[in-house]
Amino acid sequence: MVGKSLVSIDDYTKDEYLKILELAARYEEQPRQGILQGYVIATLFFEPSTRTRLSFESAVNQLGGRIIGFSDSGTTSASKGETLRDTIKIVSNYSDLIVMRHPVEGSARWASEMASVPIVNAGDGANQHPTQTLLDMYSIKKTQGTLDGLSIFMVGDLKYGRTVHSLLMAMSKFSTTFHFISPDELKMPDEYKQHLDKLGLAYHEHKDFTDIIDEADILYMTRVQKERFSDPIEYERVKNVYILKNQMLENTKENLKVLHPLPRVNEITPDVDDNAKAYYFTQARNGVYTRQAIITSILGLN
Amino acid sequence: MKDRKQLVVSAIKDGTVIDHIPAKALFKVIDILGLDHIENQITFGTNLDSKKLGKKGIIKLSGVFFRQEDLDRIALVAPDVKVNIIKDYEVVDKKVVEIPEKIQGLVKCVNPMCITNQEGVRTKFDLVSRHPVGLRCHYCEKITGANNMVIISSR
Repeated sequence: MVGKSLVSIDDYTKDEYLKILELAARYEEQPRQGILQGYVIATLFFEPSTRTRLSFESAVNQLGGRIIGFSDSGTTSASKGETLRDTIKIVSNYSDLIVMRHPVEGSARWASEMASVPIVNAGDGANQHPTQTLLDMYSIKKTQGTLDGLSIFMVGDLKYGRTVHSLLMAMSKFSTTFHFISPDELKMPDEYKQHLDKLGLAYHEHKDFTDIIDEADILYMTRVQKERFSDPIEYERVKNVYILKNQMLENTKENLKVLHPLPRVNEITPDVDDNAKAYYFTQARNGVYTRQAIITSILGLN
Repeated sequence: MKDRKQLVVSAIKDGTVIDHIPAKALFKVIDILGLDHIENQITFGTNLDSKKLGKKGIIKLSGVFFRQEDLDRIALVAPDVKVNIIKDYEVVDKKVVEIPEKIQGLVKCVNPMCITNQEGVRTKFDLVSRHPVGLRCHYCEKITGANNMVIISSR
């Protein structure tokens, strides 16, 4: 992975996932060190994403690296009509690695072919967000002690949610049992189910968000977004069905952890936050260590 | 007057005959092979009766021979064509076409939000399924299928 861009979760093998997760554990023990001293990392956010940007920048800063970049393309020459290609070629001259977020799908792959330095994709439209997937996997491994033989429940928008798609692809390399809980309008697309069929992995689809979750090791919540519905009445009906409340966790497994890529709106009620099974804020902190592991691996510093 | 058919699409001495083109795909085949840039003699026929296809098209190219990889590009729109190589009025070789594993700059990506549609980047696909045809975009990773495939003109 040294010198290679990370654009899609499929760019890494199972062994490479495990290597990143091991390294992330080492950075968690000692997140502040000078390993990136003398390095310049560019963070190019052509659309705003405050949490992701801060996580990357914190990761780099804690390791002693310097950041250049922008958090909104409105303040750059992209607004004067500069092509992505030119921006990437120029910033390649100024930095050792580029972290980019862009609303156009496939933009990160294209950039990786234009750039003379490695690209880390921090989200290209609805397509890929691989560092999110790796931090999800790190959170799963850390809380469950393993990635093998787990029962993962995904809840909410399974049709458009890129985080659940990427997590499914990555976790399908381990012997995972999947459960999909969603309204009919937002079901897991067939191509992902066919992928699981091909691998002989079990999955179950549910419409109702009930005590079925008592079997879960991981409960992965997502946001049901209003703009996904053509019928506003349907949205009003559905939006209150896929909400996790504290009492629903009563009979769940001891080792269960609730994950969410954040931001959350109302799909997890605040009373869950104090439950020991709520893990989403720690999950966000894990993102820093995972990104430290990714950036330093690509720069060949470990 | 023994054979009027020969007058419609006459025989060639040396060259290539592409037969069994679905009539509605004929002009796409012409486009994909870039035949409008060739100066050799070319004869086209279309809406000819065919037992297999109903209406078929045929192209006869005098003095033109294709590389297999160029011929394979037409498999996307005309998978069942028969290609005859003619030397001195005799068929010396018969070829079939197969969709290539990698396809560049020939098909439009179905995803309007894809970089290839947004910044005019040349398209690239990996063939993920032959029946039905499925092409996975190298950039946005979405699948373009036979039912929503648009061929990009060579011009």
